[in-house]
Amino acid sequence: MRALKPILHIIATAALGILLAGSLIRVAPGFGIDERELDLRLNSESVRRIRAEAGAGQSLASFYFQYARGLATGNLGTSRALGRPVSELLRERMPVTFGAAGVGLMASWTGAVALAILSVRCRSRWIDAACGALSSLLLCLPAAALGLLTVMVSGQAERGAMVALAIALVVFPRLFRLTRGILADALRSPHVTCAMARGVSESRLIVWHILAPSAGPLLALAGVSTTLAFGAAIPIEVVCDSPGLGQLAWQAALQRDFPLLVNLGLMVCLLVAGSNALSAAAGGLLERDKQGA
Amino acid sequence: MTLVRRLAAILLASFYMVSLFAGWLAPFDYAHQSRDCIAAPPSARHLLGTDELGRDSFSRLIYATRVSLLLAPAAALLATTLAACIGGVAGFRGGIFETIAMKATDLTLSLPWLFLLLIARAWMPLSMPPWQTLLITFLLLGSFGWAGAARVVCAAAGSLRASDMLLYARAYGCSQGRVFAAHLLPTLRPILLAQFLILIPIFILSEGNLGVLGLGVGEPMPSWGNLLRELVDLPAVAERPWMLAPLVVFALVTGCFYLLTSPGDYA
Repeated sequence: MRALKPILHIIATAALGILLAGSLIRVAPGFGIDERELDLRLNSESVRRIRAEAGAGQSLASFYFQYARGLATGNLGTSRALGRPVSELLRERMPVTFGAAGVGLMASWTGAVALAILSVRCRSRWIDAACGALSSLLLCLPAAALGLLTVMVSGQAERGAMVALAIALVVFPRLFRLTRGILADALRSPHVTCAMARGVSESRLIVWHILAPSAGPLLALAGVSTTLAFGAAIPIEVVCDSPGLGQLAWQAALQRDFPLLVNLGLMVCLLVAGSNALSAAAGGLLERDKQGA
Repeated sequence: MTLVRRLAAILLASFYMVSLFAGWLAPFDYAHQSRDCIAAPPSARHLLGTDELGRDSFSRLIYATRVSLLLAPAAALLATTLAACIGGVAGFRGGIFETIAMKATDLTLSLPWLFLLLIARAWMPLSMPPWQTLLITFLLLGSFGWAGAARVVCAAAGSLRASDMLLYARAYGCSQGRVFAAHLLPTLRPILLAQFLILIPIFILSEGNLGVLGLGVGEPMPSWGNLLRELVDLPAVAERPWMLAPLVVFALVTGCFYLLTSPGDYA
């Protein structure tokens, strides 16, 4: 039952997401209205058919049923602005955003953990202050500005790399502060003092006595960092002109393309719920192992 | 209070003074155009030069400071009020109220909220008078930022639920509403104040992002968000680096807020 909890959580989130997404599309301004209705050459029968096609006058229950059935078969509707199936657009753009967010997340995790170790283990106040200043500076800039600064500095570099770097710069300071706190707590625990007194080597101390016991809380951060990365991808892809999901969401918002926007939101919601559930499950497994030991 | 925090408080207070007296301090109105000075460099007349429409950048920065520095606390106040109501009631009543409220906060917190802001902003007409866009930005930020604060407030209210103080109040014959409003909420005031202060820099950053995306406060009213939007023209920024002034002010003010609210080791 414990193992099923994360899966049930994802299903509940998906059901709620579908209900919300469906409601938003159904009550969005312009639902069931087709520009072709304005064509004076069409007779009333044609107009009636166009309205039926667009779903005007459809009851809420049958709308939800059709929407959920469409989702189950992979039919997410058609983008109003681009005139193409939403699923096709998502398939095209997903690799761009997922690739950049993945690389950005890896870079930010590597940087955050490395600097957090440096900050807590080196006894120099200057190193700690420098790490803190860097994270504070990055924390004070909006994701869009970091994206612009990345483009300015990296010039003609590949767009995907720029987006990944900017995402890393947005996620890094938040991760660094939390990781530093977790590692500093671990460093203060009695078993670390004991290990240090016994003369355990520095690398062994960091890997086995500081990082390993902190794996649970650090894993819990994985879900949070995914949310941060996907949130940051929107303004960064817009300013870097990268053809990913973030740019698509922005275009959909500007063109009031609700089917596209809401399905995008639903997809990101599921992805984030999935990653949160995975990190929680992994953290739970680690905790159980620790209790077993 | 450490020296750095004191400096941050002084700097922030001076920015607030500048924003409050923007009308007196700014040499020009934010919408005033000098058609003979288009994209001019800094001079004695225009301290930070002019933009592509000949508007004085320094005056616009001062007015933008007023808009952003008043908008963010107003939105934070709205979000904190919502958090106090939702989190406070959930923690105070417990049971199903707490479960539902915590599930809602989980869901809201697990979503990248820029997505939520985009969906909600797309619902509104995109072309509106500037004051309406200002109001909408404030309402959107305030109504989506409550979740984190509500979680903290709920935990604090839950810990007070069985406290002697509330027990005495109930025994004295106070109604549930009175216990909540007159006894619980005043006790939660320090937590609410902390949440309010934490939310301000978050909302300043969000307004900045929305502004760059063109979904924030509408032109010609300046805000830090729509001043940052001018940086999208990178060749112009390379030619006129003083265009980065709004970004510097933005980072400085957000940094001051973080320094004042951060309980961490860097404050």
